[in-house]
Parts: sequence; C-alpha cells; structure tokens
Amino acid sequence: MAKRIVSLLLACLTMGAGLAQADPEADLAGLVKHYKDRLPDLKPQDYIFGALAYNKDSMEQYLSIMDFPPYLNDMDKAKALWNKPFKNGKTFGDCFPNKGKNVAGDYPMFDDASGKVVTFENAINSCLKANGETEYDYGDMKTMGLVTAYAKSLSDGSKVNVKVQGKGALEAYEKGKTFFYSRRGQLNFSCATCHVDNVGKSIRSDALSPTIGQTSHWPEFRSGTEPTTLQTRFRQCNIQVRSAPLPQNSEEYNNLEYFLSYMSNGLPMQTPVFRK
Amino acid sequence: MNPLRRNLLKSTGAATSVAVAVAAGLLKPSQVLAAEWNKSAFESKNVADALKGMGASAPADSKDIMIKAPDIAENGAVVPVEVTSKIPGTESIMILVEKNNTPMTADFTLSNGAESYVSTRIKMAGTSGVRVVVKAGGKSYSAVKEVKVTIGGCGG
Amino acid sequence: MADPMKIRATLAGDTADIKCLMNHAMETGQRKDAKTGQLIPAHFINRVTATVGGKTVLEAQWSVAIAKNPFLGFKVKGAKAGDKVVISWEDNKGDKNTAEAAIS
Repeated sequence: MAKRIVSLLLACLTMGAGLAQADPEADLAGLVKHYKDRLPDLKPQDYIFGALAYNKDSMEQYLSIMDFPPYLNDMDKAKALWNKPFKNGKTFGDCFPNKGKNVAGDYPMFDDASGKVVTFENAINSCLKANGETEYDYGDMKTMGLVTAYAKSLSDGSKVNVKVQGKGALEAYEKGKTFFYSRRGQLNFSCATCHVDNVGKSIRSDALSPTIGQTSHWPEFRSGTEPTTLQTRFRQCNIQVRSAPLPQNSEEYNNLEYFLSYMSNGLPMQTPVFRK
Repeated sequence: MNPLRRNLLKSTGAATSVAVAVAAGLLKPSQVLAAEWNKSAFESKNVADALKGMGASAPADSKDIMIKAPDIAENGAVVPVEVTSKIPGTESIMILVEKNNTPMTADFTLSNGAESYVSTRIKMAGTSGVRVVVKAGGKSYSAVKEVKVTIGGCGG
Repeated sequence: MADPMKIRATLAGDTADIKCLMNHAMETGQRKDAKTGQLIPAHFINRVTATVGGKTVLEAQWSVAIAKNPFLGFKVKGAKAGDKVVISWEDNKGDKNTAEAAIS
C-alpha cells in the first residue's frame, strides 16, 4: 500500500511527483484542521452556509429571503423541464437510479472507461443524447441552470459522497487539487489564497468562505433571481483575479469540481439557494 | 369607498364611462381612477419633495416605528425590510430610500383589520437611510434606519 | 400572460399572516441592454390591492425600487380560517394579475 503522506496544504504548488501518494482523505482532514484553527467559532453544520455563517446580519437576510425565495416560479419552470417527456416518451428521471432522487451527492464521479470526470451536468447531457435529444449548452442557465436547479433539489438533505478510487480517479483529483493551489491571473491569486490562506477575512468588502461546504449548494440563484451553476461561478472567480476564464465542462474545471466536491464530503446538500 | 368610485368600478366599459364623465365635467381629471399612482411623489428626487407629494411634510420623529432591516445589505438589489408601527390609528406606512435617485419606494394604506405591519424587499443604490413615514390621525411620523450597501465585487 | 403569484395565508390565533410572492421584472428604466446598449424601459408593478373576506385590507403604490419578483407580507386581525385572500397587481404598462388563497 502507498504510504500515507499528510500534505502541507499551504505549500502544495508542485505536484508532479506526488500522484502516487495522492491522499484525498488526508487532504480533507488537513483542511478540516486548518479551518478549525482559523474559524474556531464556525460549527461543522454551518460550513454549508459559507460566509453567511460569519455573522447574524447576513444569516438573517438569507433566512428571510429563503422563507419565500424570489425564484419559486423559476423552480416551477425547472420542474416542468425535468418532467417533460422526450420525443421517445422517456424523461430525465429514467436516466438515473431512483428517478433521480438522492443521486446528486455521488457527483462528480470518475468514469474509468472514458478516463474522465463525470459531473452531474455531464449526466444530464448524456441523458439527453441517449434519448435522441439535443444536449444543453453548459453555460445556458435557462436550460442547464434551471434543470439542474430542480434535479439536484431531489437530493436535498442527502450527503455529498464523492468517491476517488483507482489510478485514473486519483490523477484527476490531483489535477483538480493542483489547479486549486496554483496562482493565476494578473492578481496572481490561487483559489487557496482566498479560501484557505485568507479564509474569514474580507476582500473588497466580501467575506471569504471556507472551501469545505462550498460545493454542496449549487446551482444558486444569485441576487435571488439569477440561476448560476458552480462552473459559471468558477468563471466569475477567475475573471475576478483577472485570469482568463475556462469554458464550462473543460477538463480543468471538471477536475477542480471533483477535488472541491470531495472537500465537501459528508455535508448535506441543498439546492437551490439564495446568494448575493 | 367613494360611492361614485364603487359604481364606476363595477360597470363594464368603465373606461368609457370615465371618459364620458370627465368630458361632461362630472369627474375632475385629478379624480380619474386610472391615475391613482402618485407620480409626483414617486418621481421626486429628494425626500422632502416626495413627502410633500404624499401630503406628509415635516413628519415628527417617532420611537414607535420599528424598522427591521440589515446593518449591511447582502445585495442592494434585494434588501428585506419589515416595518411595524405602534402608533395608534396608523392609516398608512411609507418607505423611502433617502439616497436613491427617486427616494419614494412604497406606500401602504391599511384598513379593515390590517395590522400596522408590512414586509417587503427593496432595492438600494448605495448606503442610505431607509426612512419610514407613518400617517395617523391627520399627522405624520417618521423613523430611519441606516443600511450599508457595499459594492463587493467578489461575492465570495 | 404574467406568471402566477404565490400566496401563503396562515392563521395564528385570530391574526392571519399573509405572504405573497409575485413574478415581475421590476425594471427600473436605468439598466442598459447588454447587446444593444439601449436603456431597458421601466416596467414595474405600481399598484397592489389585497382583500380578505371581500374587504380591502391593503392598497399599495410601488416604485421601481421594489425588488425583482416582489415579496409582500402583511397581517390581518379578525380573520377566520377559510376566509378568501385576493391579491391583485397592476403595472405601469397596464398589465394585471390576480391570485387568491384561503386562509388555513
């Protein structure tokens, strides 16, 4: 068995030789410890709220809006899209176990056959393709955004349960982790610069959320009304550090999502949610 | 309710009846039902003019108006605001965002058992006082809560 | 045809707690169309009426500064289970919508 190496997460910039010793479990444990030190008052169950959990004022606004969120009619449309039969009479539910209930926590997963990470959005498009329908544009929030908002809500309350097993999966995971810790853009920030090194601090008057808990609640309705998938958010974050955003469903973003989702393992999912 | 108004609202072809009534001098243009939205108040560029347009100039400060609004808005496009008036005989509650281009935001007239309470979500262009003006018993009263709006840009 | 409103009306003692979510773009008239660069004209709900058991309880006038997909909450004392709540709105273009719910 490969030796377990507890990675020094703050210095993980060179990963070339590290693939054989990739250890997602240890990475997660390392982050858990880091955040316990940096955010001692943040309860484990509140990580899914991100920066909202830092103060009562933010949380109250969130709860007030979530009581009767502005996106409810959009969710009705989303549900109709999910239930609408394809030309061959089948529906999205037929492509997933349990008609799609409590499956979102397993994504992303690694497909050994194709050697690629498979995101939930990939599964939606595979379903369309397999049933003779046109695949959605990953960046189209009116289709991919809305359908996944409803589809993933069928997994509300179930736990993130991403598996990283086997050589191919570990390699993809490590690539995602490398992306996370690599500096980029004119501001020369890595994802970790903000969400690990400076977690809890404010940048441009926005408080920085911890990595743990970030991926459990997507898509979101930003401003309460704009459906936004996780990879749309990756693009927005890359732009904010003045780095060219990558296309949705790019290999880099899929690997990044794989790594990030593992970091939320064990946390309950909830979709969609309001965010500013 | 004004009986003339009730009858006009009930009749089909109300718009035609109104036009005829105006032409015949029976209804002054300012009474025309379709124009109830207080344009001058809502298009005023400052609080004083807006309140004048609403017939509520120079309200007295009141500690009996509770404004529940965030200290720092998560997003200026959707700021939850709840107002409770403890002033006896409250007839209407107005919400103004002092620094918005046009401060007058909402006017709620309450009747028939409605409690002196409203809850809504407003847009704020920037940090501003959220001012509430209550009309009761022929007088007007006011309170204000400052709400900060930051231009975050990271939303992280 | 405007999207349907959602109304939640529950009784606590003899007071009805009524919440309504409307669907409306509430365009301020200050936003520019990303493609054409032209200002998108103001389009907003400017009047709302609510009745309970046939009696008007609330009449509102709104500006463009009510948030998109507006939320409205109010309370009515003396209401009874089964009383009908009717909420109607009209916007600056003359579009209208109405919905009703029974207090439960």
